[in-house]
Amino acid sequence: MSAIETAPETLKIPLTAESLSPERIAYLEGLVSRARTAAAVFTQFTQEDVDRIVRPMVLAGLEQAQNLARLAVEETRLGVMEDKVIKNMVASEFVYDYVKDKRTVGIIREIPERNLAEIAEPIGVLFSLTPITNPTSTVLFKCIVAIKTRNAVIFSAHPKAWRCCSEAVKIMYETAVKHGAPEGIFSCLESPTLLDNTYLMKHKDIGLIDATGGPGVVKAAYSSGKPALGVGPGNTPVYLEKSADVNTAVVDIIISKTFDNGTICASEQTVVIDDEIYDATLDKFAELGAHICNEEETKLLERTVIDPQTGFMQPMAVGQKATDIARFIGLAAKPNTKLLIAPIRGVGREHPLSVEKLFPVLAVYRAKSVADALKVCIDVNHAGGLGHTAVIFSRNDEVIRKFGEVINAGRIIVNSPGAIGALGAVYNDLVPTFSFGCGTGGGNSTTDNVNIYHYLNIKRLARRTQNHMWFRVPNQIYFNMNAVENLGQFPSRCTIIVTNPAMEQIGHVGIVRRHVCPKTHIHVLVIPDAEPEVKVVRQGVEALNFYKADQIIALGGGSVIDAAKIMKLQYESPDADLEELAAPFLDLRKRVVEYPTEKANRARLIAIATTSGTGSEVTPFAVLTDKERGRKVTLADYSLSPDVAIVDPQFVMSMPKGLTADTGIDCLTHALEAGVSNYASPYTDSSAIQAIQLAFKYLPAAYQNPQDEEARCMMHNAACIAAMAFSNASVGVNHALAHAFGARFRVAHGRANALMLPHVIAYNAAVPTKFMPSPYTQGYVAHRKYASFADLLGLGGDTVEQKVQNLLAAIEKLLDQLEFPRSIAELGISKEEFEKAIPDLVKAAFDDPSWRSNPRMPLMTELVELLWKAYHGRGAGKAAEQARQGGAV
Amino acid sequence: MTVHMATTAAFLKIEEQHVLSALQQAGAKLENVNGETALDFSSVSRIDARALQALEEFARIAHEKGIKVVIRGASVDIYKVLKLVKLERSFSFVS
Repeated sequence: MSAIETAPETLKIPLTAESLSPERIAYLEGLVSRARTAAAVFTQFTQEDVDRIVRPMVLAGLEQAQNLARLAVEETRLGVMEDKVIKNMVASEFVYDYVKDKRTVGIIREIPERNLAEIAEPIGVLFSLTPITNPTSTVLFKCIVAIKTRNAVIFSAHPKAWRCCSEAVKIMYETAVKHGAPEGIFSCLESPTLLDNTYLMKHKDIGLIDATGGPGVVKAAYSSGKPALGVGPGNTPVYLEKSADVNTAVVDIIISKTFDNGTICASEQTVVIDDEIYDATLDKFAELGAHICNEEETKLLERTVIDPQTGFMQPMAVGQKATDIARFIGLAAKPNTKLLIAPIRGVGREHPLSVEKLFPVLAVYRAKSVADALKVCIDVNHAGGLGHTAVIFSRNDEVIRKFGEVINAGRIIVNSPGAIGALGAVYNDLVPTFSFGCGTGGGNSTTDNVNIYHYLNIKRLARRTQNHMWFRVPNQIYFNMNAVENLGQFPSRCTIIVTNPAMEQIGHVGIVRRHVCPKTHIHVLVIPDAEPEVKVVRQGVEALNFYKADQIIALGGGSVIDAAKIMKLQYESPDADLEELAAPFLDLRKRVVEYPTEKANRARLIAIATTSGTGSEVTPFAVLTDKERGRKVTLADYSLSPDVAIVDPQFVMSMPKGLTADTGIDCLTHALEAGVSNYASPYTDSSAIQAIQLAFKYLPAAYQNPQDEEARCMMHNAACIAAMAFSNASVGVNHALAHAFGARFRVAHGRANALMLPHVIAYNAAVPTKFMPSPYTQGYVAHRKYASFADLLGLGGDTVEQKVQNLLAAIEKLLDQLEFPRSIAELGISKEEFEKAIPDLVKAAFDDPSWRSNPRMPLMTELVELLWKAYHGRGAGKAAEQARQGGAV
Repeated sequence: MTVHMATTAAFLKIEEQHVLSALQQAGAKLENVNGETALDFSSVSRIDARALQALEEFARIAHEKGIKVVIRGASVDIYKVLKLVKLERSFSFVS
């Protein structure tokens, strides 16, 4: 903090303590031991205990302010007695005003909306180095803050300020102990040496070093390997901008720069003045008692108050009056001169007065423009003042903002005195302090005004947060036979029916046309019956734009409905970047990419499903194939969900058997995976359970007797209900594997699901190798949920393990009824071909977002095992056996 | 297999108001103790620096005589104080 500490020799603080005598080591160990015991005892104190001690300490500080100030000036021969009284009072009263109502013991802050609480933990024993420039005020400040935070402090005072510091420590200590503080809570090193400091800085029982001083002390503190608050020197630039109130600025600068003869390191060092007000400003300075140096006098100052070798200020000038400095160097100034002002033409070694000067000598610079002024201020800031303090006088908010942006200072003081402004709580609402954090620019760990929170370890009590969940589905779902008649209630000027060729051929488009609201212009867009391609979507959007459609009816399976969802997205938000919207995410609430909410056009999307599996009529997902780039993108957002879903079984009565089985088992897989998902909720469970029951009951009938209207109707409902479940709870590993395998070997999605299903259930029902982190679930419940599904299906079993096995057996039986191939090998895929594909399959499955909600986190090796089990097939019994052996959780 | 029960040769209840004197007295009585001694801290809510010193001295003497010292009923706060001054390693704790 002072020039004295900036002397280069202090940079050579030894980092070993080998030369300490055994007696000295015993003395230092005694201090640490007492402090450690005191700090330990102090941990038992309550907030009320602490506050009962702090108040009388503050009163003692105020009472002794004058006495301590006198002692400090007598001993150090620096500064102004009256100003030191003020500093002592600020260090007591203003600091108390800030800390008195603050909690520093136990829970100090509750943040209920984040389920967090902050708890104070004292540091223990601090080793505190105090400066020569502000000796007693710094001690008062640190003692009050230490007691408030239940810490013990060993002080090492600057040797030239030891007597006044040790007196301040004694006053604080005696008052604290008298009011209940533990004995040994403060101590002051007698005859401190650099070796002592080094020893204590490295001591294992010292929790924090609080070093207020020059760069040598700060560097030693930071080099010690201990946590440290190192607060070093500054070089405060001041910008006096042309819009400023010159009278106020000049008075403020004089107040600050002469306060305690300029010993506060935040005081003004170089004032950069706009050309337009430069002369008037200097006149005002002169009028109020400053001596404006001519060129010769400036050169004299440069030679005398700055050390030509080091470029630092001369210790002899620190804290001295302007008149004394003038007399000492032979400069003719009036007897009442407050300040010596030296015009300079630049910053750096060739302009010696541009450095920190902790005495009433101020450099001034005439700036040609705002840009010139800011550049010079930056130069001063970088000439030893990084991170410390800067000052601006201006009425121009734009200039003030710019100054704040370009100057690297922890405190940027506006229209007020730098030194007193930086101390806080007098001219502004900064936290009151006698230690200025200078950030990384100053080699410090903080830019804050150091105060109570820097003397605490603040612990965060983070309670488990149950994030909000949701159940989102289209708000209108019409189901059962002839539900399509509900189309008539949706008025439309122009409707586009998106469908595939088969729907037209078998007359389904005609049925839809008949039920659309009368007087609607209807256009039919027939697209290929395949996963939608970019090209197809583009054509659809062109059609929507051409007809200015206000309604889209998607009639078809998942591919058609997906295409319509993306067409709607691009129609309503032409700037939507599908590639970007498909960016992966882990949690919907925190996803990086947001779907557009502003709409250029608006169209209602009605989805009429013609298969009973994907449930795309209610899901927020759509898959797009980009053949040009050879890739697929999956879009997921609730804004993609259709506005209306029509689940009319008349459109599925003609589904071929194979498609019935494939889509039906897809529906069952959706329900089973949503049922055990980490995102499952009572809302999704009710849908999942219902869909599982419906699928087991009606899927065999729908498969064996396609004209069974009830079975068709119930499977159609089951698919939609399962989709409502997985739209909100997602799916799992089964889908991840099926996506990878189906894409590689061109196997229908439902069929791929069927091949994996028994193995994945057995896998999820066993003790996980790795649990999946999930704030939504309480414990591992997948096996129990499978057992509950078995109960609902009436499958019997006495234990969870038996019930899981019975569920697996029922699934095997269902798959047999649906005449599914029961192994990948049965599809005609050779072992060699499959083995070759395994690495790609595992990579693709692991990249698939589907498994992120799986109750068990899949290891890649486990994915390999699952794929091989599916290859060999008929694994249910075996898998169940393994589940039993693994043991349920 | 034979199980040898440890014998508590001395048991001393420490009162909140007299921690220091009680520990000093207990220290003096260690001369007559063999094997194990127990200090009951269940009535003590806070411990000060002098009591800590006395406890440290007590532990030292007990250690020299090969006596195991059991502290019973120490609150978590007191246990933390002993931990901070690294004194907890000199004792066994039972609740």
